[in-house]
Amino acid sequence: MKFYFMHLMPYADLDLSYDEKHNSAWVTLPNTYYDPKKGHQLYNRYLDELEYADQLGFDGICVNEHHSNAYGLMPIPGVMAGALARRTKNVKIAILGRALPLLNNPLTVAEEFAMVDNITGGRLIAGMVRGIGAEYHSWGVNPAFSHERFQEAHDLILQAWTQPGPSVFEGKHYNFEYVNVWPRVYQDNPHPPIWIPSQGSSETIEWAAHPDRKYTYLQTFASVSTVARYMKMYKDVAAGYGYEATEDQLGWSLPLYVAETDEIARREAKEHIEAFLQKFLRMPMEMLLPPGYTSVKSMVGAMSAKAGHSMKQTIDSVIEEGKFICGSPATVREKLEEYQAQIGFGHLLTLLQFGTLPAELTRKNMEIYSKEVMPYLRSVTASRAA
Amino acid sequence: MSFTESLETVTGTKIRIMRKGTGGPLLFLHGASGASRWLPFMDKLSETHEVIVPEHPGFGGSDSPEWLDNISDLAFFYLDLLDHLGLEKVNLVGTSIGGWLAAEIAICNATKLGSLTVVAPAGIRVKGIRKGDVFMWNPQETARNLFHDQAFAEAMLAAPPPSKEGMEILLRNKLTSAKLAWEPRFLNPDLHKWLHRISVPTLIVWGDDDKAMPVGYAPAWRELIPNSRLEIIENCGHLPQIEKADRFVELVSGFIGEVTR
Repeated sequence: MKFYFMHLMPYADLDLSYDEKHNSAWVTLPNTYYDPKKGHQLYNRYLDELEYADQLGFDGICVNEHHSNAYGLMPIPGVMAGALARRTKNVKIAILGRALPLLNNPLTVAEEFAMVDNITGGRLIAGMVRGIGAEYHSWGVNPAFSHERFQEAHDLILQAWTQPGPSVFEGKHYNFEYVNVWPRVYQDNPHPPIWIPSQGSSETIEWAAHPDRKYTYLQTFASVSTVARYMKMYKDVAAGYGYEATEDQLGWSLPLYVAETDEIARREAKEHIEAFLQKFLRMPMEMLLPPGYTSVKSMVGAMSAKAGHSMKQTIDSVIEEGKFICGSPATVREKLEEYQAQIGFGHLLTLLQFGTLPAELTRKNMEIYSKEVMPYLRSVTASRAA
Repeated sequence: MSFTESLETVTGTKIRIMRKGTGGPLLFLHGASGASRWLPFMDKLSETHEVIVPEHPGFGGSDSPEWLDNISDLAFFYLDLLDHLGLEKVNLVGTSIGGWLAAEIAICNATKLGSLTVVAPAGIRVKGIRKGDVFMWNPQETARNLFHDQAFAEAMLAAPPPSKEGMEILLRNKLTSAKLAWEPRFLNPDLHKWLHRISVPTLIVWGDDDKAMPVGYAPAWRELIPNSRLEIIENCGHLPQIEKADRFVELVSGFIGEVTR
């Protein structure tokens, strides 16, 4: 199993009472809530944390893309990846963006990824996503065409990476007379690894698992039972295609906090994970799921589920569901070992900074995790595989 | 006598059509919320006209065809539908997205039209007057913003929640509306250039308290369509045909009677 340090770079200095006046930390929260002086400090602190992960022996670091919000300050994740490319030496750099349908010219992603891949000598992991619903409001892109623009942009980028240029691209949303991206990707056999982060969708799984692709499916923030269900679905789909999915094709991304004891961990994490859940993730349905973002069938499901119970997420509820792992090194080791054995994912992306978690607790979390959790899991999963 | 309901196939696409009445044909083009039900204003209009109410492709009980990408596709489909129905001197009445659609049809080919009525139509832009962001409104805000008289909003909110099938129709209507109107928002940037081609007599109807398509748009439509008349209904929101049904029917049938005499 491989270990990654994932960052969202939230605006941790957000005035959390914003929700007395505004219904979301996305799209319409005035950017006057953002103070560039504090932002300067935060960006540099967060980049330091990502660089520290390289020194602590993580296999990879992950940056993220979201727009017009306080939840994550990386609208252009390539800027972060570029900064990290030179300051890190060993880690893979996963850009988990890019939200392809938002772009009028997806070749910018083919270029940006190729540049990072060249600078790092092949340490890039190329993420491709649709972005979350809110982004279609912020960027004015039609969600009704989200799926087809994603497919088409993906095909265009793959063509740019794998066919000698110049070549012609004839699409519905994108058209080019000269697809001829300089630089070519460093990992050219056949292209950099592609990861598909998703909140869970059978359409996405069927597409990612296709033998032509075999992309790594990355389940983001979800309960253990959901993670298990979707990863089983991936394996079943692969089996249906006549091959066996490897651990390398399955990843899980979740927040985690480990401290000296269960009691300390819970006490230290509580207000920060709850700020993440209740303040940074806060978003009405109309923002989260614009028309066409998910199929009508899934929307009916989501709306009846919401009508049934809309419970406020707390530290207890997310620990209970396994959306958040929190505890002593022994507790965390035990849970992860059990989940890994049961679900069989090969990439574990931990969000060791979340919400308002301050610098010193983030570093402590990273240190305990990398010293007391990672090595143990490395050896048990290696011996299991052997 | 009740209305009739049929499914008809027009150039390979099945659409649901409601009909009632005799007299000059009146083709009603619905807005974003579709036309699943026969409404009182339709019934009143059917006393003097043959009222024909299709559901657009992508809405309600009609097919969602692969070819449907934008408002022009829908306009050309309706030209096919006019041929299919074999209608002449049609009085075209469209509200909101349907008003936009009616204008798109009329600039392409008005030979089968007798008159045009557009009610709070989308489709053009007046800089500085922002349309309501209907895609961001929750169900409560939608109900409140659609009507001037909040009793209508209360009634809408008090209605029992839709069945699973009803929910699917609502979501499909919203999806098709987004397809047509998300970006640029409720706008065909080229439409205003060609509205002068509308040669049939045109009535423009607007509620004075429209929060979806503000009444500030009304004078622009009046100026862009040469042979047009503007009627503003007081104390009325985005749906005059529902909120002020009597006044709406009086205006529309009066206008049609006058211009088709």
